[in-house]
Amino acid sequence: MTPDLVGDLESPDYASHDRAAHGPYTPVFTGDVKRELDELLTHYPTKMAALLPALWIVQRVHGWVSEEGMAEVAGLLELTPAYVKGVVTFYTMYHQHPVGKYFIQVCTTSPCGICGAEDVVKALVRHTNTGELGLTSPDGRFTVIEVECLGACGFATPVMVNEEFIESMTPDKVPELLARLP
Amino acid sequence: MGYPHHPNPRETTVLSKHFGEADARTLDGWKKRGGYKALEKALGMQPADIVNVVKESGLRGRGGAGFPTGMKWSFMKPGDGKPHYLCCNADESEPGTFKDRELMRWTPHALVEGCAIGAYAIGAETAYVYIRGEFTEPLHWMEQAVKEAYAAGIIGKNAMGSGKRIDVHVHKGAGAYICGEETALMESLEGRRGNPRIKPPFPAVSGVFGMPTTINNVETLIAAAPILMNGAEWYKKMSLSNPKSTGTKLFSVCGNVQRPGTYEVVMGFPFKEFLYDLCGGPLHGRKFKAVIPGGASVPIQTMEEAEATLMDYEGFVAGGSMLGSGGVIVIDDAQPMVTVIARLARFFAHESCGQCTQCREGTAWTTKILERIRDGEGTVEDLDTLLDIGEQMTGKTICVLSDSCAVPVISGIKKFRGEFEALIQGRRFHPVTAAVA
Ligand SMILES: Cc1cc2nc3c(=O)[nH]c(=O)nc-3n(C[C@H](O)[C@H](O)[C@H](O)COP(=O)(O)O)c2cc1C
Ligand code: SF4
Ligand code: FES
Repeated sequence: MTPDLVGDLESPDYASHDRAAHGPYTPVFTGDVKRELDELLTHYPTKMAALLPALWIVQRVHGWVSEEGMAEVAGLLELTPAYVKGVVTFYTMYHQHPVGKYFIQVCTTSPCGICGAEDVVKALVRHTNTGELGLTSPDGRFTVIEVECLGACGFATPVMVNEEFIESMTPDKVPELLARLP
Repeated sequence: MGYPHHPNPRETTVLSKHFGEADARTLDGWKKRGGYKALEKALGMQPADIVNVVKESGLRGRGGAGFPTGMKWSFMKPGDGKPHYLCCNADESEPGTFKDRELMRWTPHALVEGCAIGAYAIGAETAYVYIRGEFTEPLHWMEQAVKEAYAAGIIGKNAMGSGKRIDVHVHKGAGAYICGEETALMESLEGRRGNPRIKPPFPAVSGVFGMPTTINNVETLIAAAPILMNGAEWYKKMSLSNPKSTGTKLFSVCGNVQRPGTYEVVMGFPFKEFLYDLCGGPLHGRKFKAVIPGGASVPIQTMEEAEATLMDYEGFVAGGSMLGSGGVIVIDDAQPMVTVIARLARFFAHESCGQCTQCREGTAWTTKILERIRDGEGTVEDLDTLLDIGEQMTGKTICVLSDSCAVPVISGIKKFRGEFEALIQGRRFHPVTAAVA
């Protein structure tokens, strides 16, 4: 979360991703989705508290959180776009650029590391053809990143594919996992 | 309940009794197992009486610090005219810890019930369950349980017909270990960057939304229900060693061990028997080398220390470490300690929020130096530098993440110095290797 100071400790620079390669922005909060946000707002005494949930909704709809998405949320919650961006950049789970159809997160923190997580990462990078951590495969299907403890250390190595949480991944099971993704 | 859900007879399953029973996740299934009886009982009591029972039981916080729960609840002054809030800390991101995940995905209604009891006891109408964003399965079950509980009138504007309003809301985090720190969690819940706050003021005075707030771990809140049902005496009796550590505790076990998983034992259980009998001992052909018994933030134990330890708050301190979150990381003789510790330091460097110089710089430099030692490029001075940085990182920052990074480094160098030196000397004695590195 302090990328400027521990720059070389971070995964490859996400800024290289093409943020422009998407169509015109379509607003997220209309119809049912707007009603979903209105309901969420009743949970909190301030509008600002609905910021994280609102950003989750943007990512659910568009697959990532663009500057336009941040501006839309800012308008609805009476915040400035700069403030929203400040919050977005603090957290690791909001994508600030488009990612592959399957976003794959692998835990490599020590408890998983001592159970062979590095080999799972290597197998994933090889079989997805992404070439490098953080990059998207040429067919647009996969992005693989290393993440910190996923809170499932007894089920080493845990892997997340989008919203799906998979326990006890091993390098041999990687081809099978990728093959079953539509 | 131990590894994939067959209990070891030496476990005492109070909170984990229904792990693995898919049916226990539904409202009907939970009620069949006696669910929401404790809440019903609680709503018929005075809040102060609930606080007293919990105080009497000796329950201490299961999130890491072990603060007495009843006392924490008693800091919430009734009738101050302000809205009170309960926050449930379900951010579980401390490496080695995965017990709250099991609690939420197998017994989500237990947590809804625990939150409702806690909220009522501290005079709050609203409880927020802050669950880390990566926990998709626990999030699903918790949202489902909350929905069912509202539909059945168990929570809501007239909870179980008591005339009391108790709302429970699930709030999804977005990836940040630091949001497990209590004030960072509150900042995050308010829709801000998760930067810990300077204390005082403490949450009981000014917490989330500036209002009096109590924050408790998932396991702490879930433990309140059986305490109310069975009484403080029953809970207090579950103590095998020190009377200041009562009840059962979930330990999540991971790393190089035969049967990783979440186990529930009475406080004071012998750690040696726990590791060898319940968890099945080391993998074939290997030997245990070290244990980090309470999540990545506590000192590393040698096996000599671990095997003499009794598993409670005081026992782990006597054994050179801390109970922490109950996340037991077992390390065997095939693992280089420097690699293990360097990766932990990298974790803390990644997760530092960056507010404090000692932490922001200290975690980054500690990682760089450790990785260079790991790669055979270390110097003899590096160990002193690491210890010096570690000292500068301890007790000087807004929260204890900084201290937490220094802990495995300092204890690792102290207890496994030989491994560090061998790597450093390896370069000296084998100049050819050094040139390649
Ligand atoms: C960096 C850091 C991370 C923490 N992460 C968690 C966590 O994930 N879950 C948790 O319950 N407590 C965590 N804590 C401890 C909380 O600050 C707090 O003490 C705890 O939630 C209080 O609940 P309890 O009294 O029931 O233990 C963390 C503390 C720090 C300093
Ligand atoms: S100690 Fe580290 S994590 Fe804690 S507030 Fe300071 S910089 Fe942030
Ligand atoms: S260290 Fe990998 S899930 Fe915790």
